[in-house]
Amino acid sequence: MSTASEPSLRVEDLRVEFSTEDGIVKAVDGITYEVGRGRTLGVVGESGSGKTVAVMTILGLTRAQGANITGRILFQGRDLLSLDEGELRKVRGNEIAMIFQDPSSALHPLYRVGAQIVEAVRAHRDVSKAQARKRTIELLGLVGISDPGRRVDDYPHEFSGGMRQRAMIAMALANEPKLLIADEPTTALDVTVQAQILALLERLQGELGMGMVIVTHDMGVVAEMADEIAVMYAGRIVESAATEELFAGPEHPYTWGLLRSIPTLDGPRVEQLAPIPGSPPSLIDPPSGCHFHPRCAYAQPDHARIDPGLEPVQGEPSHRVACLLAAGERRRIWEGLR
Amino acid sequence: MTRYIIRRILWGILLLILVTALMFVLFRILPTGEPARLRAGRNASPRVIAALRRDLGLNKSLPAQFWIYMKEVIFHFNLGYSYYSSAPVRGLIAERLGATLSLMLGAAIIWLSIGLPVGIISALRRRSWLDRASMGTALLFVSAPEYWLGLIALYLFAADIGKVKIFPGAGSYVGLTSDPWKWFTSLLLPWLVLAAGSAAIYARLMRSNLTEVMQEDYIRTARAKGLSERRVVLRHGVRAAINPILTILALDIATLLGGAILVEVVFNIPGIGQLAYTAITHSDFPIVQGTVLLGALFIVVANIVVDIAYAYLDPQVRYS
Repeated sequence: MSTASEPSLRVEDLRVEFSTEDGIVKAVDGITYEVGRGRTLGVVGESGSGKTVAVMTILGLTRAQGANITGRILFQGRDLLSLDEGELRKVRGNEIAMIFQDPSSALHPLYRVGAQIVEAVRAHRDVSKAQARKRTIELLGLVGISDPGRRVDDYPHEFSGGMRQRAMIAMALANEPKLLIADEPTTALDVTVQAQILALLERLQGELGMGMVIVTHDMGVVAEMADEIAVMYAGRIVESAATEELFAGPEHPYTWGLLRSIPTLDGPRVEQLAPIPGSPPSLIDPPSGCHFHPRCAYAQPDHARIDPGLEPVQGEPSHRVACLLAAGERRRIWEGLR
Repeated sequence: MTRYIIRRILWGILLLILVTALMFVLFRILPTGEPARLRAGRNASPRVIAALRRDLGLNKSLPAQFWIYMKEVIFHFNLGYSYYSSAPVRGLIAERLGATLSLMLGAAIIWLSIGLPVGIISALRRRSWLDRASMGTALLFVSAPEYWLGLIALYLFAADIGKVKIFPGAGSYVGLTSDPWKWFTSLLLPWLVLAAGSAAIYARLMRSNLTEVMQEDYIRTARAKGLSERRVVLRHGVRAAINPILTILALDIATLLGGAILVEVVFNIPGIGQLAYTAITHSDFPIVQGTVLLGALFIVVANIVVDIAYAYLDPQVRYS
């Protein structure tokens, strides 16, 4: 039996590589993290930082793309990486469910919304079609679709973007998963709808006591949703901390960049948004030393040689950072930036 | 929807009238033989020919001939009479529709049951030797002309002239009702020859469509639900990949119902295609006109059927 302190999900030294014609893409390059029961982990990073691949791999969805995967993904005492397709299928959509970035392409355009959720229910439960349909209508109501008894027979194109994401959430919750993975769940939605979807996810998480991994490039979303945050860059976690710690004292220059590139309402208007210069590095041939050094304003010559490990920050046991700058200097720079 | 269909049918009828008119003009401009002279024989006197021209209605003006023809077609469903045998064209076509229908149906079943699975497997195992082998074979059959393939098949397998005498040869066709087994064996070789090219095209189509569909987000969703890969491929992938193929299928069937000229001629099958071929070589205009009109009718109908079917196959399509 597991105890309350045991994490719902523990990922250890996960590496995901793809062979391409141009070389081996190290999409995920040795990441380790935990998601506690009923807790939310926010995985933040730019496009191409490997964050989506990292979470897709939890459900083995990168297997179909021929990925080479090593490490361990422990869920309820089992290593998901060691499961065969058949065993993994029993986990997918049942114990761990997933919602995706773009709800308009994530639903099958030729099947009714209800039928797609019924399929998810019946994939894991031996219930009749009528029972599954009843459950589907219940689920659609739960995620806030009005008149679910009628809308259950609509096709995806008859739903708005927000409703489609609600339907995706209903599908994900069909079998009351213990862990929900949300990959950029609000990116494709209007701002007002984003807030509704986040509120819905938060409420459902509370009601169902699920763990949640929310992948996003939006620091606003993790500030709202996450208990812990992992910042990813070039396939690695460069900083991880409890949400309050991270926002109170971010340690990595990349995290500073992420924080300073979002506008604030209470700040002075004259304040310039500071975009991070350059673009994410190649994952085939990443920069030497600290992968971030070509884009880092504070890089020293030897940072191109030395590859920093993820080390605890002094005085904050759960806060870890992979940066070669001295702790005191980092604090001083951030004080100057904020 | 109903209004849309009615509009489509009216357009279809107009198109058929235009096709008929075009054929009418074409066959009188083109330097074919004088039908009356052809029918009258080598040394007919001008009087006999004139009398024949009057009998066949060829002495009237072109618009008048067209008007008489259309009137007969529309009000009496009468397609005219052969210049040679005087047999009613409608009857000739009816006699031969069975053979053409048999040929089309069997070939379609064969090319679908080979082409689609091969395409699906190739899409799922891209760049495997199986994929390469089947796509290479497909390329061969796509490029091979039907008549050539037909002659090769006869040369190799026909019971009379073949190297390995396993199939009945050309001219062995019998109707389904007179002898089902003979019907089946006589059609096997023509079926395979006719199906080869289409099976190749359908395999390649299915491969490219399914390859594209399998990259879609909703396929990832289906996997994330915990469905078996078989269900992901068949229910989610193939279902989305097959719509464009069904469109082509309807048109292919329509085209073949108008007569598979080359295969029917090579295998000497008494179908619509052979009827048309013989009529063309003899300048038997009423038969040519009748078979062309029939072919056009099938195409027009197939197009309307496809459009209607699409409203059911793809819920995003709405006609208004």
